[in-house]
Amino acid sequence: MSEPGTNASLPLLEVTDLVKHFSIKRGVLIDREVGQVRAVDGVSFRIGRGETLGLVGESGSGKSTVCRAVLQLLAPTSGSVKFEGLEIAGLGRRQMRPLRRQMQMIFQDPYASLNPRKRIGQIVGDPLKRQNVASGSELRRQVQELLERVGLSSEHYNRFPHEFSGGQRQRIGIARALALKPKLVICDEPVSALDVSIQAQIVNLLDDLQDEFGLAYLFVAHDIGVVRHISDRIAVMNEGEIVEQGTADEVCERPKHNYTKKLLAAVPIPDPRESRERQHRSGSVQ
Amino acid sequence: MNAAPLLSVSDLRVGFATEEGVVQAVDGVTFDLRHGEVVAIVGESGSGKSVTAQTIIGLTRANNARIEGSVVLDGQELTSAGDAEMRQLRGDRIAMVFQDPMTSFNPVYRLGNQIVEAIRAHRPDTSKREGRKRAVELFEAVGIPDAERRIDDYPHEFSGGMRQRAMIAMALALEPEVLIADEPTTALDVTIQAQILDLLEQLNRRRNLATILITHDLGVVAEVADRVLVMYAGKVVEEGTLDEIFYDPQHPYTWGLLGSLTRIDRPRPQRLPQIAGSPPSLLDLPEGCPFRPRCPHEFSKCSQYPGLEARPPDSPGHRDRCWLTPEEKKEKRMVEGQIGLEAPREAPSA
Repeated sequence: MSEPGTNASLPLLEVTDLVKHFSIKRGVLIDREVGQVRAVDGVSFRIGRGETLGLVGESGSGKSTVCRAVLQLLAPTSGSVKFEGLEIAGLGRRQMRPLRRQMQMIFQDPYASLNPRKRIGQIVGDPLKRQNVASGSELRRQVQELLERVGLSSEHYNRFPHEFSGGQRQRIGIARALALKPKLVICDEPVSALDVSIQAQIVNLLDDLQDEFGLAYLFVAHDIGVVRHISDRIAVMNEGEIVEQGTADEVCERPKHNYTKKLLAAVPIPDPRESRERQHRSGSVQ
Repeated sequence: MNAAPLLSVSDLRVGFATEEGVVQAVDGVTFDLRHGEVVAIVGESGSGKSVTAQTIIGLTRANNARIEGSVVLDGQELTSAGDAEMRQLRGDRIAMVFQDPMTSFNPVYRLGNQIVEAIRAHRPDTSKREGRKRAVELFEAVGIPDAERRIDDYPHEFSGGMRQRAMIAMALALEPEVLIADEPTTALDVTIQAQILDLLEQLNRRRNLATILITHDLGVVAEVADRVLVMYAGKVVEEGTLDEIFYDPQHPYTWGLLGSLTRIDRPRPQRLPQIAGSPPSLLDLPEGCPFRPRCPHEFSKCSQYPGLEARPPDSPGHRDRCWLTPEEKKEKRMVEGQIGLEAPREAPSA
C-alpha cells in the first residue's frame, strides 16, 4: 500500500495558492484575449487522512473548478497541489494515471454521470479493468461486493442505469468511485439533485464508508446544512476565494465572515414558529 | 369553513396505461384551495405530487391517460373542459411555474417578447407597446433589477435565480387567481431559494394569490405554506395545517420526512435520521399500506389500507392514513427527543 514518500505526518492533500483563470477570447481569425474570469483566485487548504473538508459557496463561486484543478482535469494557472507530499500540479495525463487510483470523484448529476448504454457491472468495473486490478470472474466478484456495500444488490450487475432511481444511481456512482480503494474522494454536490429523504441515506452511506475505508473527502455543496453534517472542517468560498475556514461547529455556530452568515441565514428552518419569528425580525429591520 | 373555495379538487384519480400495466399515479386526491392560501403538496419523487398539479392545469391529457374525479375552479369543471377552453384558462386564471428555469423558456426569443406574446395571445387588443410596458412592470414586481433593459435579454443571459423570477413574472402576466409552483426552488442555490420563497410569499399576500406549492422539502414548506398535504404512492397520507403537520404529525412517513431534514439551528446528530429504502413501484404496490415495507412501526393491521380520517380528537381538518392510535403515535414518533422515524428493524435494501 504505502509508496515511497508516504509520510503519515504529511497531509493527504495540500493545496496552496491555487489559481485558475479562464481567458475570454474574441475574434474571427485570430483569438484575442479580451478578459479573464478569475474562477479560482488563490485558494489554499489541507485535507488529512480520513478527514472531511466541506467546501461551500453559491453557483459560480469556483467550487467545481477547485475540484477539477485538484484532480488535474483542468490545468491550474498557478499554485501547488500536493498529494501525499508529491507535487501533481502540471502533471500530464500519463503521469497522473497511477495517481488516479488514489483520488476519485463523485458527480452531482446521477443521470448524466452514468453511461446509459453500459450495464452497471461495466460502469463500476471499468476503473478496475483500466488500472489492471482485476479481470474476469474476480472482477465480477469485486463489483458485486461493491454493489452490496453501497446498498444495492449483486443482481443489479446486469441492469442499465435507466432502471434505477436518482438515489440508487448515486449509489452506483459511489461504488464506481470506491472500486479502486482511493484515499481521497472528491464529492461535487453529491446530494443536491436528490430528494431530501434520500439525501440523508447518501450522506449516512458516505459517513459509513469513510469509517470503513479511512477515506478522506472533499465534500462540495451549496447547502451549508448538509456540509456541516458531514464535515470535520468547512471552507467557505465566494468569488474564487476562500473567505472563511474552520471546524464545522466554529463556522456554523460562530461565523466570522458576512458571506458565511448570509449562507447560514438562507438555510430554511423546518420549524414554522421559528420561521415566523425570523420573518418578524427581518420585517422589523426593513 | 367560511367562503366557498376557489379551487376544489375531489377524488382526483390519474392513471397512465403502460406496456406493463396501468400506473395509478394519483389515487383519490381531494383538497380545497381558497383565495390567498398556500397549500403545499409534499412527497418524494414518484409520489404523484407533480401529476396532481399538471392534471389540474390540464397538462396530463394524453391518449394513455385516464383522468377521473373532478377539479372545479370557481364553479367550472376543468377535467371535462375542452382543449380550447383550457387554453383560455391557462395563464389567464391558473398559471404554473416549473422546476427547471433553464428549459422553461424558448432559448431563441427575447424574454420580453415571450411575455408579450403570452399577453397578446389572451388579450388580442393589447398593443405591442402596452404589452412591453406590462412586461417591464412585471419584471420590476418580481425584483429583476434594470428591468427596462433586461427585458430584451435572451434566456441564457439570465442566471438561474433571475430566470426563475422571469418565469414567475410570465406566470403573473395575466393576473391569474391560482399559481401552481412545481418545485420552484429545487434547481436553485439555497441563497436564491430564500429570495424566491420571499417573493412567492409577498405575491401571495399582496395579490391574494392562491398558490399550490409542490416540493419534496419540508424545510421550504415551513417558510410559506398554510396547509400541507403529504403524498405517498399516489395517495394523500396526511393533511393538516402547517402547525399540525410540524408539531403533531400523525403518519410515520411524515415523521421520516421531518426527521431527515438537516437542522442548522441544532447541534448535529451523530447520524442523519433517514427513511430506509425507496418508494414502491406503482406497478407493484404492496398490499395494504404502501409505506409498510419502509415503516418500523408496521403491525398486523397494516395489511389493510386505512382511510384518510381525522384521528386526533379535536382537529377535524387533520387527517391521516395510519392505524396507530394518536397516543401510540405520540410515543413512537419521538426519536432521541425529536420527531423522526426510528431505524428499521432489519437492514434496508436500497
